[in-house]
Amino acid sequence: MFYSPFIRKPISVSQIMLRVMLALIPAIGAYLYYFGPIILVSLTLASITAVATEAAMLKLRNRPVAPFLQDNSALLTAWLIALSIPALAPWWLVVVGTAFAIVIAKQLYGGLGNNPFNPAMIAYAVLIISFPTHMTHWLTPAMLIHADLGFAGQLAYMFGNVLPQNMTLDAFTMATPLDTLKTQLHLGTAISSIFGQPIFGGLAGQGSEMVAVGFLVGGVYLWATRIITWHLPVAYLGSLFVIAGIFHLIDPAHYAPPLFHLFSGAAMLGAFFILTDPVTSPTTHKGKLIFAAGAALLTYLIRVFGGFPDGMAFATLLMNICVPLIDLYTQPKVFGKKEQAR
Amino acid sequence: MTQLYHFHGGVHPPTHKALSVRSPIATPPLPSKLVIPFHQHVGSMAKPLVQAGDYVFKGQLIGMPEDGLSSAIHASTSGTIAEIGMQVVAHASGLPDLCATLIPDGKEAWVVREQRNPITLPIDEIRHILRLAGIVGLGGAVFPSDAKLRGGKHHVRTIVLNGAECEPYITCDDMLMRQRARDIVRGGDIIRRVLGADEVLIGIEDNKPQAIAMMQEACVDRSSMRVIAVPTLYPGGGAKQLIRVLTGIEVAAGVRSTDKGVQCFNVATAYSIYRAVAFSEPLLSRIVTVTGNVHKPQNFEVLIGTPVDELVAWAGGKPDTTHHIMGGPMMGVPLPNDQVSVVKACNCIIAASDALFPPAPPAMPCIRCTRCAEVCPQELQPQDLYWFAKSKNFGKAQEFHLFDCIECGACSYVCPSHIPLVQYYRFAKSEIWARDNDKKAADQARERHEFREYRIEREKQEKADKLAAKEKAALAAKPAASDDAQQKIQAALAVAKQQAVTPKNVSDLTPQQQAEIADIEARRANNQARAQSDAGT
Amino acid sequence: MISALLVMAGIAIVLGAVLGFAAIKFRVEGNPLVDKIDAVLPQTQCGQCGFPGCKPYATAIAAEEADINCCPPGGEEGIRKLAELLNKEFKPFGDNAKPKPKAVAYIDENTCIGCTLCIQACPVDAIVGAAKQMHTIIAADCTGCELCLAPCPVDCIAMNPIEETLSVWKWKYPVYALSPTP
Repeated sequence: MFYSPFIRKPISVSQIMLRVMLALIPAIGAYLYYFGPIILVSLTLASITAVATEAAMLKLRNRPVAPFLQDNSALLTAWLIALSIPALAPWWLVVVGTAFAIVIAKQLYGGLGNNPFNPAMIAYAVLIISFPTHMTHWLTPAMLIHADLGFAGQLAYMFGNVLPQNMTLDAFTMATPLDTLKTQLHLGTAISSIFGQPIFGGLAGQGSEMVAVGFLVGGVYLWATRIITWHLPVAYLGSLFVIAGIFHLIDPAHYAPPLFHLFSGAAMLGAFFILTDPVTSPTTHKGKLIFAAGAALLTYLIRVFGGFPDGMAFATLLMNICVPLIDLYTQPKVFGKKEQAR
Repeated sequence: MTQLYHFHGGVHPPTHKALSVRSPIATPPLPSKLVIPFHQHVGSMAKPLVQAGDYVFKGQLIGMPEDGLSSAIHASTSGTIAEIGMQVVAHASGLPDLCATLIPDGKEAWVVREQRNPITLPIDEIRHILRLAGIVGLGGAVFPSDAKLRGGKHHVRTIVLNGAECEPYITCDDMLMRQRARDIVRGGDIIRRVLGADEVLIGIEDNKPQAIAMMQEACVDRSSMRVIAVPTLYPGGGAKQLIRVLTGIEVAAGVRSTDKGVQCFNVATAYSIYRAVAFSEPLLSRIVTVTGNVHKPQNFEVLIGTPVDELVAWAGGKPDTTHHIMGGPMMGVPLPNDQVSVVKACNCIIAASDALFPPAPPAMPCIRCTRCAEVCPQELQPQDLYWFAKSKNFGKAQEFHLFDCIECGACSYVCPSHIPLVQYYRFAKSEIWARDNDKKAADQARERHEFREYRIEREKQEKADKLAAKEKAALAAKPAASDDAQQKIQAALAVAKQQAVTPKNVSDLTPQQQAEIADIEARRANNQARAQSDAGT
Repeated sequence: MISALLVMAGIAIVLGAVLGFAAIKFRVEGNPLVDKIDAVLPQTQCGQCGFPGCKPYATAIAAEEADINCCPPGGEEGIRKLAELLNKEFKPFGDNAKPKPKAVAYIDENTCIGCTLCIQACPVDAIVGAAKQMHTIIAADCTGCELCLAPCPVDCIAMNPIEETLSVWKWKYPVYALSPTP
C-alpha cells in the first residue's frame, strides 16, 4: 500500500552525488593542465577501491548491494580523497586511504547517512599521521619543473617505486606553498621575501591556486543549482578571510595575507565539497554558520600555530564531533511559536 | 494594494488543473444507491433516526448531532432506507463504519423548506440551523461550522475565505467560484455577521484568474470584502499558511485562530452556509473533481453517499485504473475500494494508474540534506522528526514539535532519498495518541483501584466500629434487663414450644407444590454448599 | 597550626550544617521509585505478576524482589520502559507469561445468576449489579484483568478482544523492502 504524497520531485541521492562529482570537473581540469595526467590514475584507482570495498562491505553487512552502489556516494568520497592527497603517491597509499574511508569511516558506522565523520577527511587524517613523508611529496607544477619524469615514469614510480637512476624525488616534487611558508617563517624569513620565490603565484601557490579556482567555480555551480546552500562556504571562507586578515594586519611580516589562505591548501575544496557533506554537517542554518566559522578558526590555528601544514582535515573532523550539539542548540523556532518563546 | 506576507518553504508540484476546468459543473443522474455514513465530521457520530424500511424525503434528517461537537446527517435524495449497518467507508484504514444505505425512488421529493432572510435572522438561530443542516468545513477538515462560528474570548477581526486550492488536480473550488460566486459572497456576509468581523479577505491563488475575476465582480459592492490573489505555492491553501499570507498572523498548533482574531472558512463552506441559512437546504451534495485516469475529467455536483465507482464511470474511467485517491496527490487518501461512497470531506476523486503515479522508488537512508526543512511550511526540522519517529522515540518527536506538522507532504515530495516522511509522522502521531489514551486508562484504573481499596478498608472499619458499638451497648444493656423480663421471655418460649405452630400456607399442599418446594430447597442447599466451597478456595 | 585547625573545623561545621539543613529541607516522602515504577505499569491490577496488584509489584521491583518481565499486559514495551527507568538490561517474557491482545470482559446476561462474586473480584469496580440482579460490565472501566472469570459459578463471563475500529485505528509503521534492518 502506498500513501500520500503520491507525487515526488524527480530527484535522487544518486543524482545529487553525480552533480557534486560534476562540479569537481573544473578543478580536475586545472589539475590536468598544471600537473599532468597522473591525477586521472589516482582518481581511477580510488574509484575502483571505493566501489569494491563498498560492495564487499554491503555484502558482509547483509544489505542490498545494487541500490547502495548506485547512489554514487562511494565514488564521490573516492574522488575527494584522490584530490586531497598527492597525485603521485604510491598506489597503496590511495588504496589504503580509500579503503579506510569506506570500511571504517563509513560502513562500520552504518553506511550512507550514518557516518559522523567525513570519510574523505578521515582518510586524509589517517594517511598524514601514518605516512607523513609520502603525504608531503606534491607534484611540482609543469612550469616550474626541472626534470620531467614523464607519464610512464610517473606510473613506474607510482606502482613500482622505481625512479630513473639520475633522478631523486625532489626533482619533480615539492612541499606545498603552505608547508614552504611555515618552514621559511620558522627560519626567520619575512613573508615578502618568501612570496618572491617561484613556487608562489599571484594568489597562493603556482598551479595549485588555479585548482582552488576550479573548486570555487564548481562550488558556485553547486550553489546555483541548489545542491548546497550558501551558509557553509560563505561562513567558512568569510571567517577564514577575517581571521587571517586580522593577523595579517597586526603583523604583515609574519602572517600571510587572507587571500593566500583562501586559495592555498584545501580551503576551497573544503568550503564547497567537504564541509557541505550533508551527513556530517549541521542541519540548521544557524548551526551551519557556527560549524563553518569554527572550522575556519581551527583551520587557521592549525595552519599557523599547529604542527601540520594544512588544518582543513582536522578542523573538519573536530567540528564534525560538535554537530549533534550544534544542532541541538540551534533549533529554529517553529511556525507560530516565535513570539511566544521570546 | 494589500501587503502580502510569506510563509517559509513550499513547493511547486505540477498542477494538472487545466484538465478538469474545460466544462462546467455537471449534475450526474441519480446513482443506484447512496451509502451515507453517520460519521462524516470531526466530533461524535450522529445518532441514527431512521430504520431499515423507512421512507425518507430529500433533505430529511436521518442522523441527529450528539451532544457537543457533532453534526447532522441527511438523506441526500428521497427513497427507502434499505439498511443501517457497518460498511467500509472512505478512510485510509479501510475499516467499516455505521452507514445508511438509501435506495433512491427517483422522485427527488423534498422535505418542507422555507426561505429565510439571513440579514434579520438571530445569530443563535443561524448556528442552530447550521448544526442541523450538517454544515462542516468542506476544504477537507470537516470541522462543524457552527462550532467555528462560536467565536472565542477575543474579537474576530478578519474572516479569511479560502479559495486558494493549492493541491494539484483539484478544481472544485475554482469551478464553484467561477459559477456561483454570488452565493459564496453571501455566505461570507453571514459568517461576517455571526462573528461580528470587520473584514472578509478572499484568498485565491493567482493561477485561477477567472475565479478571481468572478469573485471580484460578486463582491464589488461590499467595502468590507476583498478578493486577494496570492502566489501559487503549495501548501498556500492550508488554513494556517493562507492566514499567514493574507494577515501576517501565525496561528501555532493547538491555538484557536479566533484567539488571534481571525477565522478561516473554505469558499465551498461559505456557499453551503448561505444555501442552508437562506433556503434551508442541508448539506446534501458537494462539488467533486473527478480527474486523473479518466476520459473526461470534470467537476460534478455529487450527492453525499454516491458510490465512487458510479461517479468515476460518469467521467469515463479508464480500465487500467489501479485504485482511487480521495483528495489531491499531496495529501489525499487512497480509497480501500471503489465501492466506498463520496463523503463531505471528498473534494476530489483521482483515478490512479501506475503511469500517472508510479510507485515510490525504494527509500534510501536519510542523508540530512535538509531539503525537507527548506520546504517545510511549519518551519520544522523534518529530518529530526523522521529520526525520532523511526526509532519510536516519541517523547523527543513531540519535543521537536511533531504536532505542528500539518502533513502537507512537501517534505516527502522533495526527499531525494524517497523516504515516506509524512507516513512516519502519521505513525508517530497515532502512536502518541494511543499511548495517551492508555495512560489515561491506566490512571483511571489506578484511581478506581485505590478507591476500592480505600472503600474496602473503610467498610471493614465501619463494620468493626459497629460491632464494637453493639457490644458496648449490649454490655451496657445487660444490667438493665430485669429478671422478670427474662422470665416473661422464657414463658413465651415455652408456650411456643407447646403449641408447635406451623405456617398456615404450608398446610393443605398439593403433591406438585410439595415437589416444587423440595426442589427449591435442594437447589438452595446446593448453592450454599457451592458458595461455601468457593469461599473456602 | 591552630588557625589551620580552626579553619578545617569551621568548614566542617558549616558543611555539616548545610547537609543537615538539606536533609530536612529536601526530605523525600515515601519512596519515589515505587511511584515511578507504578506509573509505568498498566494498572490492570490483574495479579499476573504474582503480586496482588500493580502497586505491590512496583514495590517488589523497587526492592529488587521481583523481575521486570512479569507484567504481560504491559507488553514488551513495558519491560523496555522499566529497563530504562531502572537502568537494567531488557529481559524477554518467560514462557508462562506472554502478552495477550487487549480484551474487555463481557457478561452473558442470560446465564448470570446474580451471585455478586465477580463484583467482589473486580479490582477497579467495573461491574455493576446487586444480589440476585443481573450484573453487567462497564466496558470503559474494564482493564481486562480476567480476575472475574474464576469466581463466576456459572461461567457466564467471556473476554472479548478489543476490535480495531475507526476511533482506535492507528497508522502502521512504514515498511519498505530496501533495508532488512534487524
